[in-house]
Amino acid sequence: MTAIDDGIRADRNRREIVTPEGVPLRLRLAERGERLAAVLIDLTIIVTVLVTGAVAAITLIPGNSSGWGVSVALLLSFALRSFYFIFFELRWQGATPGKRALGLRVIDRKGGRLKPEAVFARNLMREVEMFLPISLLFSFGGTGDAVLANLLTLCWIGALLALPFFNKNRLRAGDLIAGTWVVESPKSTLLPDMAAQRAMAGGPIRFTDAQLSVYGIYELQTLEDVLRRTGPNAQETRRSVADRIKAKIDWQPPAAPVTDDRFLEAFYAALRGHLERHALFGRRRRDKHDGV
Amino acid sequence: MAEPQLKSYDFRREREATWTELDALVQRANRSGLDALTPDELLRLPVLYRATLSALSVARSITLDQNVLRYLESLGMRAYFCIYGGRASLASGLWRFFAVEYPAAVRNAAWPILLSAAIMVLGAIVGHVLTAANPDWYYSFVSESLANGRGPTSTAEELRAVLYSGADSAVERLNAFASFLFTHNARIGMLCFALGFFFGVPTAILLFTTGLMLGAFTALYAAQDLLPELAAWLTIHGTTELLAVALCGGAGFVVASALIFPTRQSRLARLANRGRQAAKIVIGTVALFFAAALLEGFGRQLITDMTLRYLIGTTMLLYWLLYFLRAGAGRDRD
Repeated sequence: MTAIDDGIRADRNRREIVTPEGVPLRLRLAERGERLAAVLIDLTIIVTVLVTGAVAAITLIPGNSSGWGVSVALLLSFALRSFYFIFFELRWQGATPGKRALGLRVIDRKGGRLKPEAVFARNLMREVEMFLPISLLFSFGGTGDAVLANLLTLCWIGALLALPFFNKNRLRAGDLIAGTWVVESPKSTLLPDMAAQRAMAGGPIRFTDAQLSVYGIYELQTLEDVLRRTGPNAQETRRSVADRIKAKIDWQPPAAPVTDDRFLEAFYAALRGHLERHALFGRRRRDKHDGV
Repeated sequence: MAEPQLKSYDFRREREATWTELDALVQRANRSGLDALTPDELLRLPVLYRATLSALSVARSITLDQNVLRYLESLGMRAYFCIYGGRASLASGLWRFFAVEYPAAVRNAAWPILLSAAIMVLGAIVGHVLTAANPDWYYSFVSESLANGRGPTSTAEELRAVLYSGADSAVERLNAFASFLFTHNARIGMLCFALGFFFGVPTAILLFTTGLMLGAFTALYAAQDLLPELAAWLTIHGTTELLAVALCGGAGFVVASALIFPTRQSRLARLANRGRQAAKIVIGTVALFFAAALLEGFGRQLITDMTLRYLIGTTMLLYWLLYFLRAGAGRDRD
């Protein structure tokens, strides 16, 4: 599908799912570091809520220390540990507070609806993937046998924890048994069409077919970026780009002076029209080195 | 103007309103949940979503405007998350889960669950026989915290006392006891499932050692002719609790079987399929652990009559069996 390769430049994080409507959607896999940060945020929330909740339960609930307070604290810790992730991933369509902060989502690998049982499966695995190693870390320093047993368990679990590093989709064990993966939740805004501004700019600037055949899609989209750029050096960049294009296409300036911005916008619109017309007839020119 | 208009420019101008409308809906749904949308908007959402996806397909072939392409990709993706991102209502899902999906998942995993029960029974037999032959085994099978001071050197009176202690406890102490039992046991159940990922070996070990412990206890009490009373003490909550452990162990084996036995499906697809089914079993079984903890924390401590203990235990067992075999039968295929 060459048509799909053009819009966003290829990178190793890119994956594609096919929605139930049959349209392929491209998405980016979350980085391991981002996922780790998301988990750390979630863990911080869990621990904070747990500690304040437990302290509040034991001190505020009347009666002696061994009664209701303890059971509330126990149930709270269980609920947080086992159901925090499940609750949020069900409620927030695959995002926990940590994931939301980093713009990540859990989705079905095949593109279907994220089913509740998938959320259960991937988060029940945390019992071994997350909470067991944490409790092992805190239980070190026992006697001979216990240390050996802990070390053995740690080896097993180390292998499990390393799993995301050994597959290209960065699946952890929970993702494997749930058929999910974690992707970036894309954010993008609709900007004004650069070709539209030409209409407001006044009389037409014409280019010949030969002049428009110099460049391909890659150059067109680079030009779009340059035109959209704002910042202290934007004007400077546009001037040098305009100069280079003028030289390359051997442009003869008309009698009335033309500003660099107007020239670039006109050239962008003309080039886009030219390339789109050719694309409709099945000739997509990737870049200037692509033979026509 | 003599210049031919850009097709992609017209294309965008005609459809832009749809996109921005969808964008606004999705943003609101993300911020405050799907419940925040009015019924009209909810009906509009899939329509707009499909229109945007079709616009994306068209845009991919006709427009070279990078910003439009990126925007449509991202909008399509966000709308997709919103629509296929999982069920929003927990309450109705919960009802369906316990009425249909959970018992169906258990029925589908009947063999792994029987296997896990069999391993536990085997452990119990081995533990009983070994401890009966040589009481020293007791110390290897039963951890100190569970032994509660009981051991081969305890007298019959001491052993009996443990079975009937607690009747005079205050309710709030029992409360804490029940909470502890529930959280502890449910966690063990989840562990049984998660350890299935290591080809089921640790799950089997966990089940077997649980059996060994049981066997060691029965041997200890049998030696003092207290077996019927111990059985009553165990039955009241044990039928529920051991069933729950067997269910979670079975779930672990379901995961393991997907790893070990390849089929026509790829291993990865099978694992995802099986894993989800097994996870249903574990989540549902949390309810069983809860019931077991109530029975153990309150029932066993407050009810000291042997017949009543038996009665409650067997009633619970019958109830669970009926539930798993019959509930939602015939409705689980959709």
